[in-house]
Amino acid sequence: MRRPRRILYWSSHYLLICLYVLFALFPLFWLIKVALTPNDLLYSEGIRLWPSRASLEHFRFVLTHSEFPLFFRNSLIVSSSTAVSVTLISGACGYGLSRFRFRGRPLIVALMLITQMFPLVMLVAPMFRLLAPLGLTNSLTGLVIVYSAFNSPFATFLMQSFFDAIPKELEEAAMIDGATRFGAFRRIILPLTLPGIAATGGFVFSAAWSELLFALMLNSSSRASTFPVGLLSFVSKFSVDFGQMMAAGVLALIPACLFFLLIQRYLVRGLTAGAVKG
Amino acid sequence: MSAIDISGVSKRYGSIAVLHDITLAVASREFVVLVGPSGCGKSTLLRMIAGLEEVSAGEIRIGGRLVNDLPPKARDIAMVFQSYALYPHMSVADNMAYSLRLRRTSKQGIETAINAAATKLGLGSLLGRKPGALSGGQRQRVAMGRAIVRRPKAFLFDEPLSNLDARLREHMRAEIKKLHLELGATSIYVTHDQIEAMTLADRIVAMNGGYVQQVGSPLELYDRPANLFVAGFIGSPAMNMFPALLSRRESRPALVHPGFALSLDRDPPLAQGAALTVGIRPEHIVLGAGAVQGVVNLVEPTGLGTIAHLTLAGAEFKAFSLARLPLTIGASVPMDLPAHRLHLFDANGIRVG
Repeated sequence: MRRPRRILYWSSHYLLICLYVLFALFPLFWLIKVALTPNDLLYSEGIRLWPSRASLEHFRFVLTHSEFPLFFRNSLIVSSSTAVSVTLISGACGYGLSRFRFRGRPLIVALMLITQMFPLVMLVAPMFRLLAPLGLTNSLTGLVIVYSAFNSPFATFLMQSFFDAIPKELEEAAMIDGATRFGAFRRIILPLTLPGIAATGGFVFSAAWSELLFALMLNSSSRASTFPVGLLSFVSKFSVDFGQMMAAGVLALIPACLFFLLIQRYLVRGLTAGAVKG
Repeated sequence: MSAIDISGVSKRYGSIAVLHDITLAVASREFVVLVGPSGCGKSTLLRMIAGLEEVSAGEIRIGGRLVNDLPPKARDIAMVFQSYALYPHMSVADNMAYSLRLRRTSKQGIETAINAAATKLGLGSLLGRKPGALSGGQRQRVAMGRAIVRRPKAFLFDEPLSNLDARLREHMRAEIKKLHLELGATSIYVTHDQIEAMTLADRIVAMNGGYVQQVGSPLELYDRPANLFVAGFIGSPAMNMFPALLSRRESRPALVHPGFALSLDRDPPLAQGAALTVGIRPEHIVLGAGAVQGVVNLVEPTGLGTIAHLTLAGAEFKAFSLARLPLTIGASVPMDLPAHRLHLFDANGIRVG
């Protein structure tokens, strides 16, 4: 390629990426902007890119005068527990599906796939009928169970693909070297699938973190509400408190960001591992 | 070092049988090569010895101990894989130390063993590297190192050189042979490459279709192949084969082909008129003298000698000669198929005489 054409190519390349990033980040920017806009300016300066006066009053209110810290804590408990339990379950199942051929395997895979085919709304009522007699409505445990059940099949397929990407010979070599099957799994396979495990954990965490439907339907008391439900409480019959809602939203981003920051060094490797022969 | 005894071993996957009643005794310190085309069951047999595949029937003994139901770790064998199967997250030293650590060898013992192996294989400067930073040949050495540090009862090799380029393969082949002479370890080596089999083996086990075709020293297989499969598989360029009928005119045995006849130096125990397949190795065909005239189709100079493709009465022949023959394509050349060089196989493909 000639030089000017190459410059044109790369500058349009970067321009498109920048446009996309702008497009993707704009709602986030708007969230922060509204959260920082004092109530008296919210409607008068509604479409300005940045308010003439910024304040943290919404944050202060949300943290001190609302139940938001409680919702926040609930969400943290539910999402982390879901992430941990799903990762353990899907890790074990994915390994089994990847490494062993057993009777009923195709049936199990088909059943797992079928669970992914229903719109969740359909399942709210039966789920409620199922959990209520067990005392699992209005309970964080109930939510963790439901989220784990819904996320495990997909996470299992994801984990299976990560295990599939690791040659069987590595385990066989370890077993010949003197390891048990579990020892080979723990010392050889597990370290190599860490990126995959992190990716799965991150995926499940953010799915549980942002889930609204079941959290709203199964738990009516604020004691067991998660923050997406809490966000709705800023919508009242006659008005919507946008400032506080956005401030709560910004706060809700923090754990998700922290979680991804924690796992990001595995993540890029994880989501692309197995895509090409390494 | 231990002997390995395989008796009456079969392997089935559901209703598909891949190995049929294999019996083989590998002596202590012997180097045995399992050779055959892909899908002949040689790797499966090796994996059964390693404990990676279950034995459907029969017995495998290592050092006299029945190992059928023992997990790989309890068999005390080492294996070199075609893909090397190095642990990618561990350094070269850790790769080699892994088996010793699992056996709770002392730190000093591990270090001594690794250094000894590294010196032997020329890996000294690479001990700190990860497998990803090594070339194919180096990885192969590490895989060998991982096998030898432990002093196991036996070594198993599963096509260890197949992923290397030709030059490196030749080099490593010699290294493996040297290593075997040094360590004197019982070894079973699987390959589809008959040159590797010929050069490395004390004894070759030629396999096809899940059956053992012939067991013997490399030269036995070369000089007296037991059947058509072995005759065609061992040797490169491959043995020439053509059909002929047995005749005994005036009680002198001869082979009759539509285009020519050859007298025999022995009388095979077959009826007059029996159909035979006759084999002769390319290097045993004499060009430039003889009773029959072949037509030259193609000449391949190899530097070492010449491979000539010839047609004789409709049959295709390859002849190899160390001499640099002045052959012209399309020209006739006299050729001789010496009687004592002919291999005879009956209608079932079994060697006669």
